[in-house]
Amino acid sequence: MILEARDLWRTFGGVAAVAGVDFALEEGELRCLIGANGAGKSTFFKMLTGQLAPSRGRIVLKGEDITGRPAFEIARRGVGIKTQVPSLFDGLTVAENLWLAARRAHGARRADAVTADLLGEIRLAARADDEVGTLSHGQRQWVELGMVLAGEPDLLLLDEPAAGMTADEVEATVALIKAMRGRRTLVIVEHDMHFIRRIAEKVTVFHRGRVLVEDTMDSILRNPEVRDAYLGQRAGGLDG
Amino acid sequence: MRELRSKSFIAAAVAGPALIVALPQIVEVYTIFNLSVYAILATLALSLGLVWGMGGILSFGQSAFFGLGGYAYAIAAINFAGSTPGLLAAVALPVVAAAVIGYFAFFGRISDVYFAVISLTVSLILYNLINSTSGAAYRIGDAPLGGYNGIPSVPPLNLPFAAAPLDFAGTFYAAALLLLVVYLGLRLLVNTRFGRVVVSVRENELRAELLGYDVRLYKLGVFCLGAAIAGLAGAFYAAWGSFIGPGVFSIGFAAQIIVWVLLGGLGTLIGPVLGCFIVQSLTAWLGEAEASNPSIVLGVLFLAAVMLVPKGLVPSLREWGRRLLGAGRAVPRERAP
Repeated sequence: MILEARDLWRTFGGVAAVAGVDFALEEGELRCLIGANGAGKSTFFKMLTGQLAPSRGRIVLKGEDITGRPAFEIARRGVGIKTQVPSLFDGLTVAENLWLAARRAHGARRADAVTADLLGEIRLAARADDEVGTLSHGQRQWVELGMVLAGEPDLLLLDEPAAGMTADEVEATVALIKAMRGRRTLVIVEHDMHFIRRIAEKVTVFHRGRVLVEDTMDSILRNPEVRDAYLGQRAGGLDG
Repeated sequence: MRELRSKSFIAAAVAGPALIVALPQIVEVYTIFNLSVYAILATLALSLGLVWGMGGILSFGQSAFFGLGGYAYAIAAINFAGSTPGLLAAVALPVVAAAVIGYFAFFGRISDVYFAVISLTVSLILYNLINSTSGAAYRIGDAPLGGYNGIPSVPPLNLPFAAAPLDFAGTFYAAALLLLVVYLGLRLLVNTRFGRVVVSVRENELRAELLGYDVRLYKLGVFCLGAAIAGLAGAFYAAWGSFIGPGVFSIGFAAQIIVWVLLGGLGTLIGPVLGCFIVQSLTAWLGEAEASNPSIVLGVLFLAAVMLVPKGLVPSLREWGRRLLGAGRAVPRERAP
């Protein structure tokens, strides 16, 4: 077990964004989280990464209690996150962004090598010296993914990794995630059902701050409860 | 390190010392006297250029560290006879003050705007505190604090283990060298791991933290370094004029530093230096000419600068230069068959 959350709560002025989540993740697993907007997925991620302290409950990472630890400390323990809206150093170049991520985890020489490798991997070598503020949304997503990978985390949290990407970029993202399967533990929040179907093994459905159901993708799609809570809403035009 | 091979760095490292050596031979003593204080104030501007421009921390009361440095120098130099203990005290006291303020602010996660207010408040508290130390009872050793009259006859700079004080030219060499060393040193610093992380925190604090950097420590580090530089500049200032008074803690002086940095260009290192030289030499010239009130002229100048070059002089000049060079390069390409 690499990660375990027990009875996790987070309330904002009486409103519970996350209301008693139990969540367990095996090492090397690839898990998808789905759920309508406001279901508590991003708040859950923020607690896992230390951006928000839980109001109640425990988070255990690799056997150690990390509840309420500061974000930088949790990152050093091997948790990397690609946030929903790419969070980058906009005034710095692509290479500088990757280097800063690599240098945290590695020595100076190795950080240079990792940066060069990643520039190729995210297909932005030609734009290495451009400020990331000038890149397209899809490219920014890739830079952030590259930064997360540079730290070689054990647990990767990807919040909507395919949002705003072109069809080509989505293909490449799917390939990258499949290549990581088994080597790293991944948790992916995504709205794009086609994307999830191509990568998912096990899916956790969030609904109103709780885990509604946890199962394989096929069973999830057939589950009437899920359809009512989430998929039905989407079909009905209430795009979450 | 790549920075050591950069053309502008080499140019500054070669032309800087040459200029420093040549100037006292060329210009009058009066000009040298003025240039010395511009160099000292430009060093103070650089300290804010580091803390605010590179670190993104708006230290509105950067003058507090300059003033603490000045007072620490005056008190230590009077008591221990000689400038070396004074200079050490002028670095130590501001760093300790910055460490305490920074610890509570950064580890307490005080927001940027509040930090600006707090830092200015510290300066104003010191202003009131020092102002109320008139009278013979307020003295530290042999040094009277002097209240609003300040401390007169502050010992001048002398070389370590040499009794003779520096003359006008010697003080100029020391002040100009201080500015050059701080400028080149900071250019090297922003290219180290520490410097790059400091800049990344300015760009996106959350991302730096999610990568595993303890943002609080980097902020504290750059804030203390800025205080050390400001304190050293304050000591030189007190030695230069043989005087330090509570005016250095006033809101007017605090605002002046902000103007230098904004006019020259936030986020650059040469910008604050140029901004300071321009504003200070203009102030002196207007004062001598007695044509109009310098404050009004400077206010108009600052408003014009904010509207015409909102990013500051240096970033705007760089932008124009790039456009000119770009246009220059495009011409032969079009002519080519």
